[in-house]
Amino acid sequence: MKSELRRIVFGLAQIDPQANTLTDDADLYAAGLSSLATVHVMLAIEDEFGIEIPDRMLTRRLFSSINSLAAAVAELQQAQAA
Amino acid sequence: MNAPAVDQAVAATTEAGDRAISAIDTIANTAAGDWLAAAQRAAKVAAAHADAVDRDARFPEEAFAELRREGLMSAMIPAGYGGGGLALPDVARICETLAEGCSSSAMIYAMHQIQVACIVDHGTGLAWQREALARIVKEQWLLASATSEQNIGGSLRTSACAVELIDGAFSIEKLAPTISYGAHADCILITSRRTADSPPSDQVLIVACRDQMELERRGTWDSLGMRGTCSEGFRLVAKGHADQILPVPFAQISDQTMLPVSHTLWAAVWIGIARDAMNRAHAFFRKSVRGKPGPLPPSATRLAEATGMLHMMQARLNVALQTAAAASAARAAAQSCELDAPLSAVHAFASDINALKLGISTTALSVVQDALMICGMAGYKNGTPFSVGRHLRDLFSAPLMISNDRIALNTANLLLAQRSPLPEGI
Repeated sequence: MKSELRRIVFGLAQIDPQANTLTDDADLYAAGLSSLATVHVMLAIEDEFGIEIPDRMLTRRLFSSINSLAAAVAELQQAQAA
Repeated sequence: MNAPAVDQAVAATTEAGDRAISAIDTIANTAAGDWLAAAQRAAKVAAAHADAVDRDARFPEEAFAELRREGLMSAMIPAGYGGGGLALPDVARICETLAEGCSSSAMIYAMHQIQVACIVDHGTGLAWQREALARIVKEQWLLASATSEQNIGGSLRTSACAVELIDGAFSIEKLAPTISYGAHADCILITSRRTADSPPSDQVLIVACRDQMELERRGTWDSLGMRGTCSEGFRLVAKGHADQILPVPFAQISDQTMLPVSHTLWAAVWIGIARDAMNRAHAFFRKSVRGKPGPLPPSATRLAEATGMLHMMQARLNVALQTAAAASAARAAAQSCELDAPLSAVHAFASDINALKLGISTTALSVVQDALMICGMAGYKNGTPFSVGRHLRDLFSAPLMISNDRIALNTANLLLAQRSPLPEGI
């Protein structure tokens, strides 16, 4: 799941390809993720994983790292399966 | 060609010091008394020189001498720092009042207040910034902003230049295609990348005083309208203390303060310009009917419709000012940190404020076009009591100040993130 997330985030956020060396808990905002890009990241994640991210989960923290996004996707997929 | 700008810088600093003595006793009176009456007095002075300012594309110095004398430069600074302590809606009223007299004076005043708001909202944790607020009050400083940059243009949220920090001191060099009234400012707020390694979106805002910087003029300002804003291009080099860099990311300053304050105060300026044009059209209408009793002229219905649009603009601005106050109060009350603020509310607020800008910038322009149709040739000609050519030229800047195309695209992106296009309760 994290490799898909990395592909989506780095692609849409126009983060420098060098940043692909970023760890999964690196600060994506510091790496150049703009607030406008988070909108497209959100939609791409919803499409990729077939989920809808509820408003309560939509915070800057959600987009702050690959790990944080992965945790949210896992939580939503679990809720869907239940 | 370049040297005079530097000489002026030195002169400006001395002037600011001299001003302090005369300004300080009037400020307290104005803050406690009727600030609106003070704004009206300043608007009268601005109106008397508006044609000359426009014709010569010169800084409206008479209007600013009066604004300083009235202590209105520090109107929005909290009373604890000696300022007027006015809220944003009050400052919007001042902008609108000034705009009825002179668009350039009002726009410069609005841009100044936007910079003041950034320091008030985000700087008070630092001693240097608190001292700056006190000096704005005491010396009635004029604050300008250097956000645009060569090869980047008007994209507020992107910088190429980077601040250098060594041993608690900063230095910055920026090529700015426009710094409105830069040659007349006592202090300039500059956007830049946080470090030389930061991406273009990781920005900070630096507060630099006139005696800490060199300004080399690189472009002139011979424009269609807003000619008194003297929005020339400069190469800017500044050095100072690290505490002159506001401690929060510029992204946050921009979302929370700069965009809402800019769009509401600009809207107030544009409404004020449209109102003055409609006052002229109304006077022309009454004069023409008085001289020729009988059926009303064909432009009569246009007057009724345009007056209605003026009311709509005013109401729209009032709603936006309420929304901005509510957003600011919600932020103050929130216990959670910035990272946990709900993005849906942030997006809804941003698209609402963007919609205000799109709506008022185009409507004000169309209202003045109606005023021109009502006044006819008397409006088209310069130098009549019914001339609206200057109003029209000035307002053509409204859709360009942060291009409406860019704002509409940005709003469409924000709407993409929302489940419904209008926030609840609207």
